[in-house]
Amino acid sequence: MDSQDLKTKIESFDIEISFPEEETQFLTLTVNPSKLHELAKQLKEDSDTSFDYMFCQTGIDWLENMEIVYHLRSTSHGHEVVVRTQITDRENPTVDSVYDLWKTADFHEREIFDLLGIRFNNHPDLRRIFLDEDWEGYPLRKDYVDEINIVEL
Amino acid sequence: MSTEVVNEIKEQEYFINMGPQHPSTHGVLRLLLSLDGEIIKSVEPHLGYIHRSIEKMCEKDTYKMIVHLTDRMDYLSCHMNNEAVCLAVEKGIELEVSDRVKVIRTIMSELTRLSSHQLWWGVMGMDLGAITSFLYGFRDREMIIDIFEETCGARLTMNYNVPGGVMFDIPNNFQTKVKEFITHFRKKLPEYDDLLSNNVIFKARTEGVGILSKEDAISYGVTGPSGRASGFSCDIRKQHPYSAYDRVDFKEILYSEGDCFARYKARIDEMWESMSIIEQLIDNIPEGCARETTRAVIKLPKGEFYQKVETARGEFGVYIISDGKKSPYRLKFRSPGFSTLNALNTMAKGSKIADLVAIMSTIDLVIPDIDR
Repeated sequence: MDSQDLKTKIESFDIEISFPEEETQFLTLTVNPSKLHELAKQLKEDSDTSFDYMFCQTGIDWLENMEIVYHLRSTSHGHEVVVRTQITDRENPTVDSVYDLWKTADFHEREIFDLLGIRFNNHPDLRRIFLDEDWEGYPLRKDYVDEINIVEL
Repeated sequence: MSTEVVNEIKEQEYFINMGPQHPSTHGVLRLLLSLDGEIIKSVEPHLGYIHRSIEKMCEKDTYKMIVHLTDRMDYLSCHMNNEAVCLAVEKGIELEVSDRVKVIRTIMSELTRLSSHQLWWGVMGMDLGAITSFLYGFRDREMIIDIFEETCGARLTMNYNVPGGVMFDIPNNFQTKVKEFITHFRKKLPEYDDLLSNNVIFKARTEGVGILSKEDAISYGVTGPSGRASGFSCDIRKQHPYSAYDRVDFKEILYSEGDCFARYKARIDEMWESMSIIEQLIDNIPEGCARETTRAVIKLPKGEFYQKVETARGEFGVYIISDGKKSPYRLKFRSPGFSTLNALNTMAKGSKIADLVAIMSTIDLVIPDIDR
């Protein structure tokens, strides 16, 4: 399926999504965090899309909001898609976990929680993965200041 | 024993720490094992002993500096890691490198893969009690390392790739040396089979041990030879050919068993394929510029650039989010070991502690790659 067909197919899911105006490397779609899990489930389970492999999950701090980017691939069809979701609540960002769909989300979501402080609902074991349990703050946030441990270049 | 004492004895799980200094973890990784007798009920990896926050450091560095950080992650696949960043940056500045560079990068990548697999083979044998394999593996690896040293001055962290090409052109005797090595190693690789692949004890310890199903391999994102041993077709060199992989003929090694022995065989077969790729290219290195001139400080346009390459351990991804400045706004490394380790619990559940050593060896982890 080429990206135009894929786009039409995903638009038919009856979930509110938007596409970016500028040209992107992968077919990219943006979804509201409250609808993210529903969309992810459809993307994985629909036989025409069947995105069964998540090869990357990234958290980004945009200062006015937090964003999570999911890179998905279908091993049977060979097509790829990028799903983005923006969480406006920066103080207490929360989104549904996709662990039940892609088990690789276990470590990836723990990493995002550890370094960016985004909480995932229904994650089986959400705790810090690299840093100590009593570490204060989230180092990958843009406003993180740690005078002792970080050497400014 | 009185009934009071018997009531006091509780049946509970037994916990044991494997690592952070256990030899079979090949680095500082701590595994918390929950045991029922000798049977493993669960494995919980504890990470972060050597986390250096490379992703945060990248947000302050220029793109040329970032290349040098990447071979501190998976040091056995340093060339491919460098290549991934260079390809992503070249995509950003829309620079097409010469054919010469593409071929040199491919040959060097395959040599790196060979040296990584040789080291893995040696260490894996030693983990399971065969000292000879360690010496064999290092003997053959030394020849590749010497080629690296002559080409770029470094033996391990090579930093040979730069955005726009390679740091220096190949030395005059490069082709002769590589061909010498291939002739040598074609004779030596069957010895590997004699020593381990056909060894009854070795087979008993690996066959049917640590099985990972294809569904789990896909779901956990276990890539590289470990994923392909479970039947997950995930070779980036085939899916998204980069550098000169579109002009060589090679097989994607696939096994369906998903056990330790399949993972072992996948890497041995991959060594034959790597040698064949090098042989196809070594006599046909095109003339051309080995290094395009780029600006001293590269600025990527606003946007996102994703590049994946096949390292010796699997799919390595570089995700650059640029806001048009000299450093990335955010840079994410998708490292293969991180996802593979996630599946360890599934593979090891129900097996014995000694089997865990075999599983750890065959998934071929490099800890700095996981901790970044």
